[in-house]
Amino acid sequence: MAKNYNWDAIAEHPKFRELQRKKTTFLFGWWAFATVLYLLLLLGAGYAPDLFKVKVIGNINVCYLFALLQFLSSWGIAIYYAYVANKDFDRLTEELISEIEGGF
Amino acid sequence: MKRFLLSMTLVLTLGTALLAAEPASQAPAGGAATVVAPAVQTAPAQVTTPATATPPAAAPKLKTNRAITVSMFLVIIGSTMGIVVWAARQTKSAADFYAAGGGISGFQNGWAIAGDYLSAATFLGITGLISIAGIDGFMYAVGPMVTFVTILLVIAEPCRNAGKYTMGDILSLRSSPKVVRGFAAFSTVTVSIFYLLAQMVGAGKLMQVLLDIPFKTSVVGVGLLIIIYVGFGGMKATTWVQIIKAGLLMGCGVIMSVLILAKVGMNPLRFFSEIACSSAIQDHVRVLLKHPLAVPGFDYGQRFLEPGLFLKNPIDQVSLGLAWLLGAAGLPHIMMRFFTVPNAKAARKSVIVAMFLIGFFFIMSTVLGFGAAIYLTPQKLVAIDKGGNMSALLLAQYLGGGAGTIGGDLFLAFVCAVAFTTILAVVSGLVLASSAAISHDVYVNIIKNGKAEQRDQVRVARITSLVVGLIAIVLGIAAEKENIVHLVALAFAVAASGNFPVIIFSLFWKRFNTAGIISGLVVGSVSAIGLVMVSPNMTYPKKIAADARVIYETLEKKQSGGIVLAEKELISLAKAHADYEKNKDGKSMLGLDAPLFPLKNPGIVSVPLGFLAAIIGCLLFRDRRAEEMFSGIYVRQNTGIGIAKAAEH
Repeated sequence: MAKNYNWDAIAEHPKFRELQRKKTTFLFGWWAFATVLYLLLLLGAGYAPDLFKVKVIGNINVCYLFALLQFLSSWGIAIYYAYVANKDFDRLTEELISEIEGGF
Repeated sequence: MKRFLLSMTLVLTLGTALLAAEPASQAPAGGAATVVAPAVQTAPAQVTTPATATPPAAAPKLKTNRAITVSMFLVIIGSTMGIVVWAARQTKSAADFYAAGGGISGFQNGWAIAGDYLSAATFLGITGLISIAGIDGFMYAVGPMVTFVTILLVIAEPCRNAGKYTMGDILSLRSSPKVVRGFAAFSTVTVSIFYLLAQMVGAGKLMQVLLDIPFKTSVVGVGLLIIIYVGFGGMKATTWVQIIKAGLLMGCGVIMSVLILAKVGMNPLRFFSEIACSSAIQDHVRVLLKHPLAVPGFDYGQRFLEPGLFLKNPIDQVSLGLAWLLGAAGLPHIMMRFFTVPNAKAARKSVIVAMFLIGFFFIMSTVLGFGAAIYLTPQKLVAIDKGGNMSALLLAQYLGGGAGTIGGDLFLAFVCAVAFTTILAVVSGLVLASSAAISHDVYVNIIKNGKAEQRDQVRVARITSLVVGLIAIVLGIAAEKENIVHLVALAFAVAASGNFPVIIFSLFWKRFNTAGIISGLVVGSVSAIGLVMVSPNMTYPKKIAADARVIYETLEKKQSGGIVLAEKELISLAKAHADYEKNKDGKSMLGLDAPLFPLKNPGIVSVPLGFLAAIIGCLLFRDRRAEEMFSGIYVRQNTGIGIAKAAEH
């Protein structure tokens, strides 16, 4: 590190605390969502075969659609995260950095 | 050095051409059938199909056109070597070697991650599994996709912000650096070697079938190519080989999917009804379900689209699922890719690009796999390779116009060359990760206390790549006859149980410290490896003996009933007797008669153990210094303050 930062002071900075609170909720929340959805697919295929074989459109059944949904939900989370991160997290980070560089 | 590099390239290209031109005499007749295991990297179990009973000599073979295939391979080798020469000229500092100087863009890195992640086994293995086991093959592909949510949300950006070149950099931020780096390097090398071994053996067997060259020659050839790529070109060459490979693989998948869908008028509904209506698929499913006669009213074709033909134990699936979900996030060679981009924003973009590419590819693989089942029939695919691993290649031949036609030969050769590039790209990434762990963590930071000249660092990194490459060749040759299917799943399980908990805690938990890192890494890794050693993945001779006994008893009963056995049956009778004698007193590698652990995948036990050990270790030995240093790490991993400057040189 070229410069000595006062890390504890930054960690107490209101901007940082706002950033960190928003990020933690978002990241771990969506991570848990994706994980549970995936485990549901595995458990469903094993323990609810009657539900999974119900035909929805033509010969396409719940199982294939649910597996496809995992891809769509992963992509959805990715796009939503990029949107929130670009709009919110990056802005807060930049504001924080400019305040620190100016203030210390 | 440039001249040396050029001459090496020339020698190697010529050598490959010569080797390829000389037909192998040692290649066993049933060569194709032996590819089964290694290529389905993810498959913890073999699919039991009637083909198991077919003697290998009778198995049909995939025929490639040698001249066309060899020239395609030479084009690939030649163009990648060009990249190596270009990259070698620009690789001067350690940052160039390990992280391409941080100069890869987010978009490029996304393609490279896809190239690193989609191995030949994913391409051939998943397509093959879908073609013979139906939708279960697709279920397999979901885990490797969903894991990218974990990587995107909690791994990529924090690692980019807090790390430099290796996993050791992240773990040693506020712990006793030397001890932790030692453990991290050891774990990185172990995980990478497991993964690499499966790739090397798979590559050797694949080349044996495609080019008709002996196993040893193909392993040595692949190994030498990798040593040149990594040793001279470092991360820059590795990245570009991975990008090119991802491009070829995606292109290949798109062309094949479009050709298949064109056959059903681009109508997915008609595609699915073709699957359900195919009489070959209906027959195949009936045999898989062990129904000697069709049960009236049972829709065998539709059953192919329902889960449970291949993945039978749901708990084992959850166990494997955990390894997928967390393992990829703890794989050192994937983590290393995030150090090649300039900042966290680019790391984020690269994961998103990779997610779309990988997901799109897996969805295309359902078209390829089901397409192969409809147009080539599962029976034919199983006869050529009982794991179905040749399905994608046979499909290419069929779509190009069929065996023996110019179009068929050309398209088959193209897809073979893509599979070959795929192997090169994946193994390069693994060798680079191991070499970085040894040279950066062990040499520079443990032996030299972090004070080594740039020139020295690059020299040592090149030497370690050479050594790791040579080790890969030797182990690859030694493992030819070993059952290495479980190695990739094991690499994921070790990464999920050993690496993942300690990475997450290092980045997010204030009280985490050296003791936690070491106990987490050791307990997680050892329990994953240990459980696999006593799982049904290993060979249990008594079980083989019992199976052999059933065979000879049935045949002898038939004989004593006055029926004269056919020649084929007499051969299997003698073989069953021999198998029984050979195995009846045998024990597994650890001296067991039967598996102690009932599941094939250790994740459901070893992942919680890894987390628990990390937590307990850390709470037992409290470290105030580590706690005080947390705000620095936490601010940095969230914002990139401090590190962002360093990356700009």
